[in-house]
Parts: sequence; structure tokens; C-alpha cells
Amino acid sequence: MTPSARTPDRESVILRLTSRRALHVAFVYACLLALTAFIVLPLGWMLTAALKPDNVPVFTFPPQWFPTKYFNLGTFVDALTQPNEPYARFALNSLLLASLNIVGAVLSNSLIAYAFARLNFRGKNLLFAIVLATMLLPAPVLLIPQFLLFFNIGWYGTVDGFPAGYLPLIVPAFTGNPFFIFLLRQYMRTIPKDLDEAARIDGAGFWTIYWRIILPLTIPALVVVGVFTFLGVWNDFFGPLLYLDDPNWFTVPLALAREVTTVGTEWNIVMAATLVAMLPPLIVYAFSQNKLMGGIASVGIRG
Amino acid sequence: MATQLGDQGAPGQELGGGGVGAPLAAIYAGGRAGRPGSKGEERAAYLFLAPWIAGFVFFLLIPLGWAVWLSMTDEQLLRPGQFIGLENYARAFTDDPSFYKALQVTLTWIVIAVPLFLISGLAVALLLNQKMPGMGFFRTVLYVPAVLSGVAIAVLWFTLLNSDLGAVNQFLRGIGIEDPPNWFQDPDFALWGVAIMGMWGVGTNAIIYLAGLQNIPPDLYEAAGMDGAGAWQKFRHITLPLLSPTMFFLFIGELTAALVIIGPVIVISGAGGAAGPADSLLFYMLLLYRRGFVEGQMGYAAALAWILTVIGLALVWLTFKLERRFVFYQA
Repeated sequence: MTPSARTPDRESVILRLTSRRALHVAFVYACLLALTAFIVLPLGWMLTAALKPDNVPVFTFPPQWFPTKYFNLGTFVDALTQPNEPYARFALNSLLLASLNIVGAVLSNSLIAYAFARLNFRGKNLLFAIVLATMLLPAPVLLIPQFLLFFNIGWYGTVDGFPAGYLPLIVPAFTGNPFFIFLLRQYMRTIPKDLDEAARIDGAGFWTIYWRIILPLTIPALVVVGVFTFLGVWNDFFGPLLYLDDPNWFTVPLALAREVTTVGTEWNIVMAATLVAMLPPLIVYAFSQNKLMGGIASVGIRG
Repeated sequence: MATQLGDQGAPGQELGGGGVGAPLAAIYAGGRAGRPGSKGEERAAYLFLAPWIAGFVFFLLIPLGWAVWLSMTDEQLLRPGQFIGLENYARAFTDDPSFYKALQVTLTWIVIAVPLFLISGLAVALLLNQKMPGMGFFRTVLYVPAVLSGVAIAVLWFTLLNSDLGAVNQFLRGIGIEDPPNWFQDPDFALWGVAIMGMWGVGTNAIIYLAGLQNIPPDLYEAAGMDGAGAWQKFRHITLPLLSPTMFFLFIGELTAALVIIGPVIVISGAGGAAGPADSLLFYMLLLYRRGFVEGQMGYAAALAWILTVIGLALVWLTFKLERRFVFYQA
């Protein structure tokens, strides 16, 4: 057991371990880079296609995953302004729906969550259980009767120039959503009760406590609600498909789906329009991704 | 309805790990009926709850009851229906050939999608859970498709997977595959096209798995390492059991999502409800959409919805039955 006898042995062990570790690291990065390519290359292809002018073929062999020599921003201008498919108009429609939904979701869910988090009343636990149980309600069953309900009260299509079909896409947001109620209630429970009690001693009513104390302190969670609402409304396809009939009031996804099924589609413009549909969620995601991840992990909202 | 809630809610408390189960568990553990407040407080509470109560009654309770009635009428879009008993249900099973095709497509999709998305999500989460620089970047990139519009994703992938000109097949030809699949033009490959599209969203499940992985106490791995456990043994005897509640939650989620899938297909097939070559993409919800909204047979579509719901409940019930054997909960 002389040092000279041990040293090479230990060295070879360390060498073997480090080379195994290096192999492991290389394997992990190789997999992750391949995955990243799988996510990014389609987006790159789309951008490449959108940047081509009308007279350059979009489909090439081999495929072009990154922008080539063409940087024709005019395709985007065309997509936004073409007379029969003006995506600028559709984007404004989508934004209008999204804003009203955000207002509704933030207001209603915070009101409801405040009652569950802070007030004592009979039947509270039962009602909260019902709120959560509605998460499990089968959406397909509600589809037909909800549609008939809105259809029969005239909340459909366009009536005298007014988009009545927007009402079913907005009003339900003002009645709360079980995921958001749960998320906000959990968050409000972490706000110290001393604050409420101090305010009550000063003569504040429940509304004042909600509006002046709880709501401002809940803003971080309300941002999560707002972001998820925005993504949900901006990306929604099925709702607008059922309730809107006038192309003037179409949302971006609805218009996009209609355009690709039209014969004689110009693919560079379709890809530009697809990018228009993707860009706002990407921007919102870029600014809120940490909060979003927390929200997904805590209530299991799935994209 | 009460029994239905009970059936779904009670097993929910065992979920523990996250998602819908956690809040339900909290309720059941609490058990109390809620302390009565002062008169003013009670009145205030119901005012605060008014928006939810209104929505619950008008957008959930009434439609739910109406759905039962509708399914037993021959209601059309512009013509109120007559009561016809269980005729709609009988028609689905005996007089609508598309019904069995739709069931077959949807069940095939479940068999493809659920394992694929569960296993790929886990694999990606295991990669992301490595302590190496740059993981935050990869996590951010992989989650990107989850925030994008489903229509935009469908348009993009239907273009990429075009059999003659699409970038994917051009790439495959470029690396020497002479005769790549025709994807959405081939009844045998159409579902796989949808699966590839779904795989693009692998980041969603990976993020949920990742949260589960990071909840596993590191000292368990250290102790196992000292006892001489290898990487596979650690995975098999620590990671998998401790991750099983997350996996169970995702399994239920993927199962129910696969049952009601309609999105990517309806985008491309158009509002007319076409369903790929030889009806290879005739998902159950697409059939429901076609019968209800294209053909206007609301009563029949309502019956189709109830049949799907019963199938869904049966599958979820079966999953909960199997849960005890496969899911491990920390004390």
C-alpha cells in the first residue's frame, strides 16, 4: 500500500468518473438541444416563409429553417391590411374581447375569493366544495344547452350591427372561474388578518376592506389571473366559431382558420398572419413567465 | 347530480400532490360547515358571491338540467323538440355508422396520446431537473408552444406536414428517406400527425413533472447512493414512487383531454366538420359538432354528449380503482 501504488489507481478512478460525468453532461445537453431545435425550427420556418415576397416560393427543397436573403416586412403589412382578411381588425376584435374578459375575471374572481377567504357565513364550505366540483363538470354536456340558451335569448351573431355574439364570450367571465377562485383564495389567506381587523376598528366595512386592503395586496395573483385570461381568450377558437357569423367581428384564430380553408391561399401571408396570432401571447409570456410557472405548478392549470 | 359530485370528489382527496385534488382534500379534511358570521357579514358574503351564484345557476345548473331534457327530444336549431324518450340514444348505437367510427378514432387516440405525452413529459422533466447551467433557458423555450394559439399551431403543423411540399417531408427526403409518410393525407398516419403536433407541447407536462421532481427530498437520493444504489435503482425506487401522484394527476388530465379533443382537426377541416381521409380524424367531439352545429340536430348531439360523459366517468372511475395499486403517497 505505498503511495506510488495507490496513486495511479485513484487517478484512473477519478478519470473514469469524470469521463462518465462528461458523457452524462454531453448527453443531457445533446437531448435538450435537439428538443430546442424541435420547438424553434418550425417557428423559424414560419418566420422565413412570412418574410418572403409574393413571387418567391415558400416551399423549398431542402426546407429553409432560418430567414434567407428575404426580409420583406411588406407581407406583414399585407396580412394586417388586406381588404378581405384584415388581421389588424381581427386583432383589435380579439383585444377588445380579451380586455373585457380580463376586467370581468379580475373583478368577479377577487370578489368571490374574498368572501371565501375572509368572511364567515353558513354553508361556506359546502359552497366552496361546489365551486371546486364545477371544475369537474363535463364540458361537452354543457356545450349544446349553453349554446341554445344564448341563441334563444339573441346572444348570437350580429344584431343591427351590434355583435350580440360577443356577449356569450364576455358575460360568463364576470361570474368567476373555479381555478381562479381557488388561486386567489389561497393567496388572500396569506395576507395577515390583523390588517382587516385594524381597518374594522377604524370603521371600514367589508367593501372598503376588499377594495382598499385586500385587492391591492392581491395584485401579484391578479396578474396571473389576467395573463391566463388573456391567453385563454386570445387563443380561443371554439367560442367565436359557435357565436360569431359576421367576418367583421371575427377574432384572429377564427379568421386564420377560415383563411387556410380558402382555395388559392398565399402561404407567405398565412404564415405572417400565424405569426400575428402568436406574437401577443409570446410577448405576454416573456414578461410573465416566472409568475406563470408558479401558477401552473400550484393549481395545475394546463396550457 | 349530488351523487356525481360525491363520486368524483371523494377520491379526489387522495390526490394530494396538486391540481384539483388538493383543494378538494382541504375541504374534506376541514369538514366543518363554516362558522356563521354576524347578520351583516352573512349578507355581505352573499353579495360578494352574487356573481358566482348567478353564473352557477344560469350557465351551469339550468344548462345541465336542460341537457338531460334535450337528449330525450328531437330538438333542432330553429324548431323546439318533442319528447321522444331514449330514441336518440338508441339511434347512436344502432343507426349512426359514424358513431362507432368516432368511438374507434377517439379510443385509438387515447391509446396513442396518453402514454406518449406522459412518458415524453417525464423524460423532458428528468433532463430539465439536472443541475447544470442553462436549464432555465431550456425550460422557458420548451414551454413556449403552451402559450400559443391552438389554431396557429395547427395551421403551422398542417403546413409543415404537407405530404408533398411540407418542410418535414422535404427534410426526411433530404436525409435519404425516399418515401416519407403522407401524414394528414394518409388514413394510417393522420393520427400520428396530430400526435407530433401534440408533442410540440411537451413542455406543459414537463413543467408539472418538474415541480413534482423538485419536491422529492434530496437526502433520499444521498442515502440511497450511500447504500450503493445505481441511477436506475434510484429512479425505480425513489423517483417513480414519489412522482406517482403527479403522474396520476397528469394521467387523468391527458385522458379527459384526449376524450374531448377536437381543436386541431376542426381548424383544418373547416366549419363543415370534414374529418381527414376515410374519416381517420373523426374524433367523437367532431361528430358531435357535425351533428349538432352543422346539421342542427341539437337533441341528438346532446345525447351524444351524455354518452361521451358516461364513457369518460367510467374511465376515470377505473383509473381511481387502479390508483391504489400504482400510486404511492408519502405519509
